[in-house]
Amino acid sequence: MNKLILLIIGMTLVTYLPRMLPMLLFSQLDLPPFLVKFFKFIPYTALTALIFPAVLNATPDHWSGIFGALLAALFALRENSLFTVVFSSIAAVLCWQLFFI
Amino acid sequence: MNFIDNFKEGLKRGITIALGYIPTAITFGLIASSQAVPAQISILMSALVYAGASQFVALNLIKLDTGIISIILTTFIVNLRHFLMTAALGQRIKDKVDHKWMPLLAFGITDESFSLISLTDNDSLSFGFILGINLIGYLAWVIGTIFGVYLGNVLPEIIQVSMKIALYAMFIGLLVPSMKRSKPVLFVAVLALLISALLNWGPAFLTSLAQGWKIIIITIISSTAGACYFRNEEV
Repeated sequence: MNKLILLIIGMTLVTYLPRMLPMLLFSQLDLPPFLVKFFKFIPYTALTALIFPAVLNATPDHWSGIFGALLAALFALRENSLFTVVFSSIAAVLCWQLFFI
Repeated sequence: MNFIDNFKEGLKRGITIALGYIPTAITFGLIASSQAVPAQISILMSALVYAGASQFVALNLIKLDTGIISIILTTFIVNLRHFLMTAALGQRIKDKVDHKWMPLLAFGITDESFSLISLTDNDSLSFGFILGINLIGYLAWVIGTIFGVYLGNVLPEIIQVSMKIALYAMFIGLLVPSMKRSKPVLFVAVLALLISALLNWGPAFLTSLAQGWKIIIITIISSTAGACYFRNEEV
């Protein structure tokens, strides 16, 4: 039990500090244009890395997840709201599970 | 707009995150209790560590009876990507949010809240808005864990599985419209996709890297390429 509490304290530190220190530091820095641009691209490149290839394993049967992701991409291309994108994707996976598995 | 309105806006915007966190947190609670981790420990971990991937990795390592130092080190590597994300976010909101709130807001930053906040237009960004997004995700995570620990699987299996797609759908819903609107974004995203494929299906010395490093490598290389290539263009 004590060992687990120590573990939680350690994990909290190595999770919180990498979130907090850069935010505190970089919210006070005026960076050169190249780095400003570099940081502007981070959300898009990080998002891509988070989606792919993990999305292929989002659901146990793979195909329902891929179907849901494709539908999400389609609704996103049509500039539907985030809610529409997310709910249609959940519904797509649900239907796939109901009909094909 | 005042603080309360912004805060409510943030809560509303964060609902998609909460939807995705609840089934994952329930699963975390379930697995933790199936491994005889005490209930209070699982809940405390969700409340203090608040990091999905790291918590699942920790459960795995606890099961294998790994020493706590190596679990903490592994967590650190899993979390390395947050250095880049919060640095980018700090730059983004430096003129929008008072300095003194940064340590509080940083606690609630996850892959999901980072993505949602970063892709919100400038006019909507404020302390209250970000706090709202962070809080609803945090509550979903902690409450989901409590459900998982004490009640087991409250959601039917088929709903649980279907909701697993929610966070990916949200990521896609954030990324795709930006790729459509901006050529530089399209370029860096496709580049990131190719590098990611290479790191996951390419030569063994690349595929064997820890996931934490892969995300960092993909992000740094493609963002640097974008910054070089689109030196004179607006993003």
